[in-house]
Amino acid sequence: MKTIRAIIPALGAMLCLAVTPSAMAQGNDLSVGRKMLMEDNPGELWIDQGKELFYQKRGPKNASLEQCDFGMGPGKLEGAATRLPRYFADTDRVEDLETRLLTCMTTLQGFDRNQLIKRAISPAQSNGSDIEALALYITSRSNGMKVNVTLNNQKEYDMYKAGEYLFYRRSGQTDFGCVQCHGEANKRIRLQDLVHITSKAGAQEVASTWPAYRGAHYVVRTMQWRLNDCVWQMRLPDLKYATDYSIALTTYLNRQGNDAVIQVPGFKR
Amino acid sequence: MAEPMKIRATLQNGIADVRILMRHPMETGTRKTASGVVPVHFIQSVIVEHNGKTVLDAQWSQAISRDPFLGLRIKGAKAGDKISVTWTDNKGDKRSDEVAVSAGS
Amino acid sequence: MTGFKRNTISNKGTQPMKNFRRNFLKLSAGACAAAAGLLQTGAAWAAPWNKTGFESKAAVDAQNSLGASSLIDSKDITITAPDIAENGAIVPVAITSKIPNTQSISIIAEKNPFPLAASFDISAGGEAYVSTRLKMGQTSNVRAIVKADGKFYTAIKEVKVTVGGCG
Repeated sequence: MKTIRAIIPALGAMLCLAVTPSAMAQGNDLSVGRKMLMEDNPGELWIDQGKELFYQKRGPKNASLEQCDFGMGPGKLEGAATRLPRYFADTDRVEDLETRLLTCMTTLQGFDRNQLIKRAISPAQSNGSDIEALALYITSRSNGMKVNVTLNNQKEYDMYKAGEYLFYRRSGQTDFGCVQCHGEANKRIRLQDLVHITSKAGAQEVASTWPAYRGAHYVVRTMQWRLNDCVWQMRLPDLKYATDYSIALTTYLNRQGNDAVIQVPGFKR
Repeated sequence: MAEPMKIRATLQNGIADVRILMRHPMETGTRKTASGVVPVHFIQSVIVEHNGKTVLDAQWSQAISRDPFLGLRIKGAKAGDKISVTWTDNKGDKRSDEVAVSAGS
Repeated sequence: MTGFKRNTISNKGTQPMKNFRRNFLKLSAGACAAAAGLLQTGAAWAAPWNKTGFESKAAVDAQNSLGASSLIDSKDITITAPDIAENGAIVPVAITSKIPNTQSISIIAEKNPFPLAASFDISAGGEAYVSTRLKMGQTSNVRAIVKADGKFYTAIKEVKVTVGGCG
C-alpha cells in the first residue's frame, strides 16, 4: 500500500510534466510528421480485407454479413457508423459497432461468441483480426459523413449518462478517471499528447478517427481496444470486450463528438 | 503469398503524384519473440514503371519501416497512363501491381 | 550423299547455330547476372543491390560505397521530416532535389547500426523527389546524398527520436 501511495504523486507529477504552451509550440514539429503519416496510412490496406470478410459466406451457417442490420436496415452501411452506438430491438440493448458485429457474426454466421471475443484484438505485428478489418471497412463506408448519435430511446439516454458518469469517476489504486488525463488542454505523457476530450474538438477527434492504424503495433485498432488500453493504463481491472462499460463510454464519447466528419482509418503513433 | 499494394496515381499539372503502400514485415533480423529471433526479411528492390519504362529503381535496406511507403512523382504523365510497381524481397518473393493515372480534381 | 541440299549443309553454323549461340549467351548472361545479384523485374533490369553499402556499419563507408567520397553541401536539397519522431520505427522522410540532372537520391541515418537506408535511381522521366519511412534507432542526422552529373551533393537534417525503432 505504501509503495502505491508513493506512486500516485509521482504519476500525478508525471502528468503535470505536461507541457507549457511555449514548449507545446514544439508540438508544431509533430504536425509535420503526423501529416505525412496520415496522408498515406498503411491502415488502408485492411479496408479491402474487411470488405472481403463482409461479403464472404463464412461460419457454420455459411452466411455473409449482408443481412446484418447496423441500424439503418439489413446490409445498409452508408451512414451506419455515424449513428452508433444505438439501441437495437432484436437484442433489446444499446450496441456499439463491435458489439453489433458480435451479434451478427453469432446469429447470422453461427460463430461462437467467446471465440470471436478471444480473437477480436489481434497481436501486434500480426495480420490483424477479422473484427478489426470489418470494423474498419464498415466505418469507412461512412467516411465524409458527420457523426450523429441520437438519444431518442431511454436505453440510449441511460447509456450516455452512464458513460458521462464513468468518464468522470475516479477509481482504483491510482484514483484516476478518464478526466484526469483528458480533461485539460496541453497535457501529455512524455511525447504522447493527450486528447482534450472535454473540448468539442477533442471529442470530435475521438468520434471520427477510430478504427485507426496503430503505428507501434502495425495493425488496425478499434475503440474497444482503445478503452481496454486506457483502463489498463489507469491500473484498473481488465475491461472485458463489448461490455456495457465500454458501450456506455463509447456512447458518451461519440455523442460528445457529434458533427465530426468521419475519416478512417485514423493514424495513431 | 504477397499482399496487394495500394497505389494512388493522381495527375497534378502534368505530373503524376504516385503513392504506394505495401504490406511487408521488413524484419531487421534483430527482433526477438518467444520463439527466438525473427530472421531478416525485407524488400530489397522496388521498380516503378510508367507505360513500361522504368522511372524509379529503388534499393532498400531493412531500415525501411514495416508496411513500407514509397512516394514519387513522374513527369509528362497523362490520365490513363499505366503505372506499375514491382517489389522483390531478400527471399526472392515478388509482388507486382498496377494502376492507371487518374485525372486530378 | 543424295537428299542433302548443299545449302542445308552450308546452313550449319548460320541461322540455327546463331540462335543456339544467342540463347546460350543469354542464359550465361542470366546466370552471371544472378550471381552478381542482378534481378529482372518486369521489363527492366534492376541495378545490383548495393550489399557493401547496405552492410556498412559506418556512415562514411556507406557513402564511399555510393562513390560519394567527396560531397558538396547543397541548399538545393530539401529534407522533409519531423524534428521529433513520435515513433522511431516509422519516421517519414521526403527528399526533394532541385539540382539539375539529378540521377539518384540516397538516404543515410547516420547513427543507425547500418546507416545506408535506401538508394533511389531516378530516370529522366522521374522528378527528383522520393518519400518513404525509416526506422531510426536513436536521434541522428538524416543525410541525403544526391548524385547529379556525376557529382555528389549532400544535406542533413537532425531528427530526434525518443523511442528507438529498430527491434
